[in-house]
Amino acid sequence: MLTRTEHHASRAGGVAALMFIGLALAAPVAVLVAQGTGSDVSASQGAYLARITWFTLLQAGLSTLLSVGFAVPLARSLARRPSFWGRRWLINLFAVPLGLPPLVAALGLLEVWGRNGVANQGLALFGVETPFSIYGLSGILIAHVFFNMPLAARLILPGLERLPPEYWKTAANLGMSGFNLFRFVEWPAMRRSVGAAAGLVFMLCATSFTLVLVLGGGPAATTLEVAIYQALRFDFDPGRAVLLSAIQIGLTLAVMLGLKLISVPTEAGDTKGGGTDRPDVARGWHALPDAALIGAAGVFVGAPLVAVVISGLAADLMRLLTDALFWRAAATSLLIGIAAAIVSVSLASLMVRARYSAGDQPQSRRLGLLSGMSGAAGSLTLLVPPVVLGAGWFLMLGGGAGQLLAPLAVIVLINALMALPFVMRVIEPAHQSAMERNGRLALSLGITGINRIRQIDIPAMLVPLATGFVFAVALSLGDLGAIALFGSDRIVTLPWLLYQKLGSYRTADAAGLALLLGVTTMALMIIADRLGNRSGSALWPGKQLQ
Amino acid sequence: MRRFRFIPMALLASLPLTASPAASADKTLTVYTYESFVAEWGPGPKIEATFEAQCGCDLKWVGVSDGVALLNRLKLESGRSQAGIVLGLDTNLVSEAKATGLFEAHGLDTSAVSVPGGYSDDVFIPYDYGHFAVIYDTETIANPPTSLKDLVEGDPNQKIVIQDPRTSTPGLGLLMWVKSVYGDDAASAWENLSKRVLTVTPGWSEAYGLFTSGEAPMVLSYTTSPAYHMVAEDTDRYQAAEFSEGHYLQIEVAGLLANAPDKDLARQFLAFMMTPGFQDEIPTNNWMLPAAQTSIDLPTAFSTLVSPDKTFLYSSDEVAENRAAWIEEWLGAMSR
Repeated sequence: MLTRTEHHASRAGGVAALMFIGLALAAPVAVLVAQGTGSDVSASQGAYLARITWFTLLQAGLSTLLSVGFAVPLARSLARRPSFWGRRWLINLFAVPLGLPPLVAALGLLEVWGRNGVANQGLALFGVETPFSIYGLSGILIAHVFFNMPLAARLILPGLERLPPEYWKTAANLGMSGFNLFRFVEWPAMRRSVGAAAGLVFMLCATSFTLVLVLGGGPAATTLEVAIYQALRFDFDPGRAVLLSAIQIGLTLAVMLGLKLISVPTEAGDTKGGGTDRPDVARGWHALPDAALIGAAGVFVGAPLVAVVISGLAADLMRLLTDALFWRAAATSLLIGIAAAIVSVSLASLMVRARYSAGDQPQSRRLGLLSGMSGAAGSLTLLVPPVVLGAGWFLMLGGGAGQLLAPLAVIVLINALMALPFVMRVIEPAHQSAMERNGRLALSLGITGINRIRQIDIPAMLVPLATGFVFAVALSLGDLGAIALFGSDRIVTLPWLLYQKLGSYRTADAAGLALLLGVTTMALMIIADRLGNRSGSALWPGKQLQ
Repeated sequence: MRRFRFIPMALLASLPLTASPAASADKTLTVYTYESFVAEWGPGPKIEATFEAQCGCDLKWVGVSDGVALLNRLKLESGRSQAGIVLGLDTNLVSEAKATGLFEAHGLDTSAVSVPGGYSDDVFIPYDYGHFAVIYDTETIANPPTSLKDLVEGDPNQKIVIQDPRTSTPGLGLLMWVKSVYGDDAASAWENLSKRVLTVTPGWSEAYGLFTSGEAPMVLSYTTSPAYHMVAEDTDRYQAAEFSEGHYLQIEVAGLLANAPDKDLARQFLAFMMTPGFQDEIPTNNWMLPAAQTSIDLPTAFSTLVSPDKTFLYSSDEVAENRAAWIEEWLGAMSR
């Protein structure tokens, strides 16, 4: 429910955000194409490309299936058990993989699943002589599930938690349980976010690079992203890099459209508000399956993180923490992260609002286009390889020597664009619910325009906004930065420092830095969580007005 | 240029944001290099101090991730760069670097330089070198391979981590090492070796990280790698395997940019590069071997290193001509 003026403002905001994103993506690509040398793709390269394209889609599809396939029952179990000890810690922990550079996570995973990992050592105790090897497709899948299953669960859970308690009461009264409950109550509440999560996970896995190479076991496991990187870095053929990026975007988009992984908004019912009591859920030993599932997920995600912590504790943390360079890197990383998060959350808010204004069934073609383009922009930025954007922007800046602000701005911009799909997915469903809950009321109270945004919409959206913000900061923290490939002169971030230590035999220092990065991400998540709690209930965005 | 790594030169610009380095000196020389060279613990800061004391100028380092990135950066800037010197390409990249037309002949006497195979060039001057080698963990491997053939045909359960020639220079080094030894039979050698390859990483850091975390008992690195562990960590656990066929060589070079703002100063730096003031910092800061006279003796750890009698090195023209085909051959053999 928006007034006429609010509709106009919302749509104008959406168009502005779209233009900004379009420019940020198109300008560097255009510059690269102009620079591009004539690229010819020979027949053998064609076969090579066909093979890696197939592998890219195969591993991304399987990774998505497994990640979301585990995330759905996990989110369901978490929603059924709203108050067990350590629940909030677990959910916060689920965001930590996001803030880790892939290599750090890979090393943590190998401590558990590697040749000399805990799993193989356990098997050896039982007399199994030959260690199992995770290198190959299985390793890629384990790593992708480790990164994305917790993310998907986090995205799916709020949909269930937002369900009004009357639903559960009615379900309990009707004696509904098991499959019927899932089919008539839980699935409709999850459907939208499951699709959105699956789309996000698919894109993340399709563009995976370090994990695929390190755990893939050999060049048979190569993604398009590797070819793009190679084209730009080793062959310096910007034209070819852009062509490959276009293939990557086109194919991934086609698959996502084919599988309907672009989110479909659904109606969310009205509510009187109330507790989260689940009369439909039995206690006592009935809780066992849920406990087992939650416990298994906790161990799966937690064990590699514990490995990261253990190897980090072996480092000389005092020396690291008293190093001025560390603090400088930490400050730069946080600064970049916060700036990127501000840009990302602002863009996402504008587009979410415009999409809401355009409605579920847009009345005109122009509105349909606005809604569709905002939805796409909120997804597809992930598919544009950061290295391509970085190279293009670098070219436009005429080289980065001596400059500081311009390269920083480019890093912020690229990180903001990469975080956009995450942020959109966190705030869009919540915005939808909040508007449905408060829209009419705001209108009847005559609170409109800026006042409405300030007094009603933002307070109601504080939790998802804060979560989106922290997601964006965490993503930035773990990002090496595309511009690193072309020289950054005076910008040090934590992942760079970490890689620099790794690149010069200083493995223990790097492990220490990885620990500090993980702790920072966890701290950010806890802050967002607390913030949400103080401003009201995380479960009832519209509570203040009821 | 050896590694895949990132970082800045931030260390030197101690003042944030508005820092305009050393306004006192009237002349400035900007040198592009790879970032580990200018790291806190790299040779850059020490070399800078020594050179600045001699030239009465301000030496400014700009670090990019590695040698390949150096060349990309020059291409992206296409002649607009303010740099006078590029330091950190390896001989594999020389052909490509010359083809950009951005470099010019140094015109200096390079007789002080001595590297295996006697590499000499009118545009690029070597400043250090190293040999690729398989590093092994003495706690897991009692009988390391004694030849490349041994490595290729050895026990498939004893794994090695290598780097991808599509994305890393050591990876490309191994590709050419195998080619030098096996020639036309390289494909079948790779097919054999692939059984021993645990995984292929995008860069040196990932591979070495897997090795030191105990995931694999062997890794492709440099003969100088054990020196780091001996000198900095006081352990001789990690050793290089000496291969009877010989080792592949990597020579790192520097060159003068054609539109250097102050060419005399740039040449002065290149000349300085061939003296002990520069060379002394190479062994224990860059962990490579010096290409000219040093004034100090190398640490004893260096005398225990493998020093190959025979070395291989393709000319940079051969590399430029064949790289794509050899990588394709590698892809085919490794994907089978």
